[in-house]
Amino acid sequence: MSLVSIKNLAVAFQTRKGEVNAVRGVSLELERGETLAVVGESGSGKSVTSYALMRILDRGGRIKAGDVTYSGIDLRKATERAMRDIRGREISMIFQNPRSALNPIRKVGDQIANVLVQHRIATRQTAKAKAIEAMEAVRIRDAEQRYSAYPFELSGGMCQRIVIAMALACEPRLLVADEPTTGLDVTTQKTVMDLVADLIKERGLSAILITHDLGLASAYADRVVVMQNGVIVEEGASEMMLVRPHHPYTQKLVAATPRKGAGVRDLLPEEARTPLPDKRPVGAPILQVRRLRKTFGAGANAVEAVKGVSFSIGEGESVGLVGESGCGKSTTSSMVVRLLDPTSGEILFRGDDLATIPASRFTRDKRRGGIQMVFQDATDSLNPRHTSARSIEDPLIRLSTLSRAERAAKVAETAALVGLPEHLLSRFPHQLSGGQKARVGIARAIVLEPQLLILDEPTAALDVSIQALVLNLLVDLQAKLGMSYLFVSHDLGVVRLLTDRVIVMRGGEIVEEGATADVMDRPSHEYTKSLIEAVPQPRMIPAEPLSANAAAG
Amino acid sequence: MAAPGRLKVIGSRLLQAIPVVIGVIIVTFILTRALPGDPAVYFAGTIADEESIQEVREALGLDKSMPEQFFYYVGDLLRGDLGTSLMTGLPVAEELGRRLPASLELTLVALIISCAVAIPLGILAATRPNSLADHACRVLVTAGVSLPTFFTGLVLIYVFYYVLGWAPPPLGRLDFIFLEPPRVTGFFLIDSVLAGDWETFWGAAKQLVLPAVTLALFTLAPIARMTRAAMLQSLSSDYIRTARAAGLNGRTILYGYAFHNAMLPVVTTLGMVFSFTLGANVLVEKVFAWPGIGSFAVDALVASDYAAVQGFVFVMAILFVALNLAIDILYTLIDPRIGFDAA
Repeated sequence: MSLVSIKNLAVAFQTRKGEVNAVRGVSLELERGETLAVVGESGSGKSVTSYALMRILDRGGRIKAGDVTYSGIDLRKATERAMRDIRGREISMIFQNPRSALNPIRKVGDQIANVLVQHRIATRQTAKAKAIEAMEAVRIRDAEQRYSAYPFELSGGMCQRIVIAMALACEPRLLVADEPTTGLDVTTQKTVMDLVADLIKERGLSAILITHDLGLASAYADRVVVMQNGVIVEEGASEMMLVRPHHPYTQKLVAATPRKGAGVRDLLPEEARTPLPDKRPVGAPILQVRRLRKTFGAGANAVEAVKGVSFSIGEGESVGLVGESGCGKSTTSSMVVRLLDPTSGEILFRGDDLATIPASRFTRDKRRGGIQMVFQDATDSLNPRHTSARSIEDPLIRLSTLSRAERAAKVAETAALVGLPEHLLSRFPHQLSGGQKARVGIARAIVLEPQLLILDEPTAALDVSIQALVLNLLVDLQAKLGMSYLFVSHDLGVVRLLTDRVIVMRGGEIVEEGATADVMDRPSHEYTKSLIEAVPQPRMIPAEPLSANAAAG
Repeated sequence: MAAPGRLKVIGSRLLQAIPVVIGVIIVTFILTRALPGDPAVYFAGTIADEESIQEVREALGLDKSMPEQFFYYVGDLLRGDLGTSLMTGLPVAEELGRRLPASLELTLVALIISCAVAIPLGILAATRPNSLADHACRVLVTAGVSLPTFFTGLVLIYVFYYVLGWAPPPLGRLDFIFLEPPRVTGFFLIDSVLAGDWETFWGAAKQLVLPAVTLALFTLAPIARMTRAAMLQSLSSDYIRTARAAGLNGRTILYGYAFHNAMLPVVTTLGMVFSFTLGANVLVEKVFAWPGIGSFAVDALVASDYAAVQGFVFVMAILFVALNLAIDILYTLIDPRIGFDAA
């Protein structure tokens, strides 16, 4: 008998617009000791399925139909009290964004202790000692001191270890991991996933890994289930899933996942692959940064975020700026885009030193239009009360002398350029999809025809298939408009696809710099190597799984 | 490890209060001078001639230049002298010292009643949105805030004093058959307990019930609403899902996790409600003949009684500063994250 058996599960949410069917007839089996990955993009119902299994659906959600059994127990019929004993004791869960998954104002150790006491694994007297044991089990050093830390005092990776410690404290038999690496740095992602994999093996756990990342799924799971719009579209052994995806949706997902050897066009579905535009030759330097330095705070509390970095970007060149959080890449890009004043150093943009102009004054400077930015979160960076047209028009209103009619024409032209259909121009951000919002963000940035575009993780919040479209759009735009890109990212796969040259930062310094292909294939610095190795390597990833098909077809 | 950070925050908040107090002194001085009406004329009486008005003016020190007057004012303040009320002839400090505890006692008791009702109501409404409890909460809260306090006060007096006869006559803090308890804090409830005089305690409590309930009804709305909103927000957050997934029981989740986090906005609201109630309970004081500072201030304002108005504004401002300070400190106790932001 399998450990978990889900049959024809249907989950619906009561919303203002009526009932929304998030999961529509999903059937799953999980054997003892097996790790199953559930893969899908946002809205596929993968998380909801696991919440239904634990019966912790958000308010308004309910299981409409189907059977859910765990080890022979009918979970749909179990009382709330019985469910409470199963949660944490039999089935545990770890979450994405570990920092917000922990109670912000309670000591992390106490949060673990609460769980231990609840399941009568420990008494109030022994809870602290047991909690420290649980923390040590997930390889937290100085567990005793960490016990009384609050989540905000710990790094994201450490918070995730706490969440894992909490989940495993009562020695459950099934671990559900809901996007456990989202919101963490690449190297942290790897350590966390390796830790989870080790613990699963050590304790002989069964596990369900919920992720949007096919690479991660095939690297860590025995079997993969692909979900789309609340149904399972494909199921199979993880090695086979990447090599021979059968369902068109899986094929699209596999194709859209950035991988070694695949170009930016390879990410698109076959029928959408147009020939890659010719790359313009890189011209004279448009941006030269010299000994740029930024210190936050003063005196004993001063933190040197950027320690005198120098680099340049040529006309029409794409430069990647990579590193983990806290490496100073965002501070550097904020200074270049003149949202932040450097402590010292020069920012030469077409020969003029912009560093001398205070950030507060630069907003009205004529050269403001020359450097524009595309922000990480397309949703948060759009004014929720502005239509798409108004958002795109905004820079024109502030920085150009165009008349109203000319502005409208320019907005329409730019929208066409980024592939935003005209009827979407009158919509508000909440009426747009993630990909459409990303297009609005890009259109707003290029409407002033900047020479330098700074892209701050522009695809981090997007699903892979949307990411593929946006990356291709950026390549096409660069070929058409001849802009230079400074591409800030922690995602090496994406950086490889888009940039000519890459700069690796760590602790406020540049540790390596060079042509992207060279740095990626033959990294010279240890840190770069660790970054590249941290990208999940699927057990068997073909160099170009689909180009063979393309040649055949 | 959080203690030094917190102490630092508390220390810096205390320092920040100093310029505010200085500002308050200057503003109260200028504001009272800017009021229309000449106190000298008012106090000389209707039949006074130019000469006697001038005499009064000199006696009051109003003939001196503004900076000079200010100089004397600050000097007096430093000695704890708020001047003499022209209406009553008593020192303002003494007058306020007697009336402030009356107002504070009323406001505090009202807020305690209000919290005791509003917070459980808000939590209940948040845990069962759109249920009967939620709708009942909404109705009570809307009624409480939309009826003016003098009206609720009069209705309560009519029902509980006139019709039912349960409440004592609404005439001040204590029925005349009782003696005021020996003064320690100025709060009759506390002083009578300290003196072991339970009869006086009950007497004072009975007088207090109706005005306190009147005020409580009025302050119910913001507290209940904020509790509900804050609870809804924290109940839908990620850490509550984690707690549920870990199998914690409902009570721990509701009080240990959700309510603890929801307390921050509730405390903020409480501070705001407290300050506006303290300033705005003039109507209640008038209806119940409560000898508080609100009615005193209104009378002083009408009579152009500089010293009294100045003293009132000054004391209220200091009270507000102290209140905000107390709330900031309460914040640092609830939320460990504070104290690090400032560092």
